[in-house]
Amino acid sequence: MMNNKFLGRSIVIMSALSTLLIIAALVYIILDIYSGGRNYLTWEFLTGNPKEGMTAGGIFPAIVGTVLLVLIMSVACVPIGTITAIYLNEYASKTSVFTKMIRFAVNTLSGVPAIVFGLFGLGFFIQFVGAGIDKSIYSDGQLHWGQPNLLWASLTMAFLTVPVVIVSVEESLKTVPNDLRAAGLALGATKWQTIRKIVVPNSLSGIMTGAILAIGRGAGEVAPILFTGVAYFLPHLPQKLTDQFMNLGYHIYVMATQSTDVEATKGIQYATAFILLMLTFSLSFVAMIIRYRFRKKLKA
Amino acid sequence: MLMTKLFSIQNKKRDGKDSLNRKFRLSEFLAENIIKLVSFTSFAAIILIFAFVFREAAPIFFPQEKKTLSTEFQQSETYGEEPAQSTQKTSQEYASSNSGASDVASFKNLTQKEWQPVGENPKYGLLPLFIGSLKATILAILFGAPLAILAAIYSALFASKRLREIIKPAIELLASFPSVVIGFFALMTIATFFQSVFGFTYRLNAFTGGVAMAFAIIPIIYTVTEDALTAVPKYFSEASLALGATKWQTALFVIMPAATPGIFAALLLGFGRAFGETMILLMATGNAPLSTFNIFEPVRTMSATIGAEMAEVVFGDTHYTVLFFIGALLFVITFIINAIAEFYVRAKLMKRFRGE
Repeated sequence: MMNNKFLGRSIVIMSALSTLLIIAALVYIILDIYSGGRNYLTWEFLTGNPKEGMTAGGIFPAIVGTVLLVLIMSVACVPIGTITAIYLNEYASKTSVFTKMIRFAVNTLSGVPAIVFGLFGLGFFIQFVGAGIDKSIYSDGQLHWGQPNLLWASLTMAFLTVPVVIVSVEESLKTVPNDLRAAGLALGATKWQTIRKIVVPNSLSGIMTGAILAIGRGAGEVAPILFTGVAYFLPHLPQKLTDQFMNLGYHIYVMATQSTDVEATKGIQYATAFILLMLTFSLSFVAMIIRYRFRKKLKA
Repeated sequence: MLMTKLFSIQNKKRDGKDSLNRKFRLSEFLAENIIKLVSFTSFAAIILIFAFVFREAAPIFFPQEKKTLSTEFQQSETYGEEPAQSTQKTSQEYASSNSGASDVASFKNLTQKEWQPVGENPKYGLLPLFIGSLKATILAILFGAPLAILAAIYSALFASKRLREIIKPAIELLASFPSVVIGFFALMTIATFFQSVFGFTYRLNAFTGGVAMAFAIIPIIYTVTEDALTAVPKYFSEASLALGATKWQTALFVIMPAATPGIFAALLLGFGRAFGETMILLMATGNAPLSTFNIFEPVRTMSATIGAEMAEVVFGDTHYTVLFFIGALLFVITFIINAIAEFYVRAKLMKRFRGE
């Protein structure tokens, strides 16, 4: 009996300690990165250009590049993800082969390593689509679309984030009560009218959550854009879709691993990492709150 | 019930058995089919990823008949696209076949024991990279999985409802940490800490990378395990408690065994995630392609190799092809792992709960 009690207690204590350890590590990472970059976190840092070979100045171009990347990405992945979720939840019959194919694809897509998306972007968008456009439209033999740029990087990232949108929107579609659909249909609305006027407006928060989560994911990933459009330093902000861009995550990576004098830029690295962390963190925090409030509303 | 009836009526209408509301039915037809078409994108994406990653790695599969076979391969995929593309591609491959005898991508070249892609006599042995990936992944699982599973047990079975509402979102927030930030933290803090504690010869090694990657896989293992534990039907634990078992006995001997397939799925998903992870390993493992099993030496993983070297290769040459081949391998390996987790384990879990 004694032994049993001891075993029971130790299981509870061990599991509680593990939980505590994970949360402590989470808090420690944030504090560590904050304290490393604290002295650099000024308004000028956010709005200034890098100076003196990255050892001074700000990260404004990297912020702009990241924002542009996720905006173009969202334009591609939010509508496609939303429509796919509508299909899966409203139209698809559970047993049809087509539905199974789509579900299988969504699951697979969310498991593909980020770096493989990068290879795909290089092989498909740049070498195939981009080079194809160059060959057929421009005849000057120069590269216009067949090289890494903002558009191809954003579209590559969209492939990575579309499952995030699908999962989130589908979850919110499931919480729309069937009574509402039945009421719509009973009043003589067609299925598409019911979806458009009743189901989708009632799951707007889900679509928003999906978009926010996708943006958070897209802002933090570096591997897919490594060879599809990111650059370490550019003198100008990107002006058009065929320009390359700077990115917060890539900035951290290059400064921390490839710069000649890592020590000189240490503070800037920490500060950049902190900005990126806060960006993704606050996005997923907002998504979480929307979801929480939505669920509460639904219960009431 | 009413719903299903209504929908079945709708379905019959869509099948064209009545001729009312013709105009509406056209818009319905369009709406449904456009939605169906768009939702096909995900499937097309998988096919495209598969096709294009393998396309760039194709010369490995057809080393001798490179020219003819790759043109065929092109045609099967370039439907709807400009034929100009394939000629350009072939010339690239033709150029690569002329360069040096040992610089040929073939299976023989890939099974060497060394990875040395740059130099007079490049060697493309994938073995050290594979061992590197395996080492880092297994270490990450060893560090991350016990923590994540125990935390899931705590929040699903022991914690009060209120505490659970704090723990769950907190660990899910860990999932929103960009891997480059975790890699940065590992490079700056974890590596220094471990070196001062254990006195490692190499500051960056597989051990450091594994610990860092544990942070990346804890959220996924935690979430899936927690789902599996809470999905165990209530009557399992109620029956156990009614028979006089204590709370922890119920947790350990009733709920845990029932959820084992789910926990196994969580481990597999964590493994898949870790195996494909790039940025953390690129930053925290030291990136030396050694094929030893010493976990305190630097390693270079498959994913990190692509990330580090792709930017410097010439498009279409052997090194480029081999990197794409590694990508294809990564794709296939993670695909298989995820598929096992998805189909085999989930099905087993459902069966068990239904009592079959």
